[in-house]
Amino acid sequence: MSELLARTPLYEEHLALGARMVPFAGHEMPVQYTGIREEHEAVRSSAGIFDVSHMTEFRVFGFGAFDYLQGLLTNDLVRIAEVGAAQYTLMCDEDGGIIDDLIAYHTGDLEYLVVANAANRTTDLDWLRAHCPEDVTLTDQIELEHHEGCGIVELVDESDRTGLIAVQGPRALGIIADLAGPGFRAPRRFHIAEARLGGTSVLIARTGYTGEDGVEIVCHVSHAVGIWRALLSFPEVTPCGLGARDTLRLEMGYHLYGSDMDRGVDPISAGLGWVVPQKGAPFVGSDAIARIRSGGPASRLCGIVVEGGIPRAGYPVLHGGEEVGKVASGTFSPTLRTGIATAYLPVALAEPRTALEVVIRRKTASARVERPPFVKSTSLS
Amino acid sequence: MYPSDLKYDKEHEWVRVEGDVAVIGISHFAQNQLGEVVYVDLPSEGDSVNAGEAFGEIESVKSVSELYTPADGEIIKVNSALADSPETVNEDPYGDGWMIKIKLADPSQLDGLLSAEEYEAFVSEEA
Repeated sequence: MSELLARTPLYEEHLALGARMVPFAGHEMPVQYTGIREEHEAVRSSAGIFDVSHMTEFRVFGFGAFDYLQGLLTNDLVRIAEVGAAQYTLMCDEDGGIIDDLIAYHTGDLEYLVVANAANRTTDLDWLRAHCPEDVTLTDQIELEHHEGCGIVELVDESDRTGLIAVQGPRALGIIADLAGPGFRAPRRFHIAEARLGGTSVLIARTGYTGEDGVEIVCHVSHAVGIWRALLSFPEVTPCGLGARDTLRLEMGYHLYGSDMDRGVDPISAGLGWVVPQKGAPFVGSDAIARIRSGGPASRLCGIVVEGGIPRAGYPVLHGGEEVGKVASGTFSPTLRTGIATAYLPVALAEPRTALEVVIRRKTASARVERPPFVKSTSLS
Repeated sequence: MYPSDLKYDKEHEWVRVEGDVAVIGISHFAQNQLGEVVYVDLPSEGDSVNAGEAFGEIESVKSVSELYTPADGEIIKVNSALADSPETVNEDPYGDGWMIKIKLADPSQLDGLLSAEEYEAFVSEEA
């Protein structure tokens, strides 16, 4: 089993820091170093760094890049027409089922960098390859040298040669400015820019998954260790694992693919209608999603606050004694010191303050619907 | 890390015998594996418990585990302070982090428990 797991370029760094490693999306990843709560609090109050090099990156380049992606992704690429702009988006099947959630960065003229979930790397690539129009030639990394240059789109899986380090928290931008030196100008929120960090070229994206201000540094794998160590040399920086990443994202109500949505769910039911513009260009799934939007979904992903217990995935959610759904994501919120969760509930129960109960093993805990983010005040708000 | 005046079971509880009363908590190894404890669910005083059965639950941010008693008895005291400060289990697992005191029905049920030395050898294999 373990020999099948991939390692990120920072694997040895995690071991040296005493991390507890777990299998995650085919990779051996740190779940925590000193403790989830401490790491979580470091991000909310100072700065934390996360190795997210396991994530999938594709580069899409060429005169056909815009049309190709516009026909497959739900959000409107016109919104990121300016080079450097980025957007959260989805890729759906013909029925509107969510294949993956992604961030598309407009990294250059005729060029997009798409960051996807690690577990969906093969699914996404297969889907992208299978849905290319006739006049599009896809080129993957291995074939690149032999490429004749006749296609109008190149699709390159950059995952194996790309390191990704998230630096998140109210002090993150100050640290990056210090590392980058004079002349550095941080990209605006949801923008990306090339920069020099410690003598190497990187991309700095002003994005993240914690609800705090911060960046994600995209680098070549061979530079990841140097950047990681440079970041750790700041006393205000705490290395953080997947455990804190999950509590931080759930406090903000950010979706996790595989828990909060999957192929069986459409964007409207998942509460992601905001990344499917009503007047955007057609894309795979747009008709199905438009029908669901006009008819109204049967159920909707809701935020739930739970008192006196910690909700976990799969626990039944009750209303008036009847089971009305199951917990999708659930955890203890280190900031609020209470249980928080998401669950698909019938739309009639989706109103904030609706009284619910969550069955936590042998007993039931009282709960109520609350519109995320659960934590209202962060360095981004 | 494993006081020699305590006995241990393979579910990572410790037991301190005081006459016919047993004080029960979880070991340093267990609290360390769990991570920061955020919730401890204990039974009520007066409940009876049976050896090998779960009497409560302990949760960290990431996971939940059941608590087992190695002997039958009646619960004469629960550590109600853990409701407000569950982190005590991490900070002082053998002291203020104790969980329940039971009046033993049959003290000989504890004979099969591990000594500190035996338990340390057991966890070093698990780790």
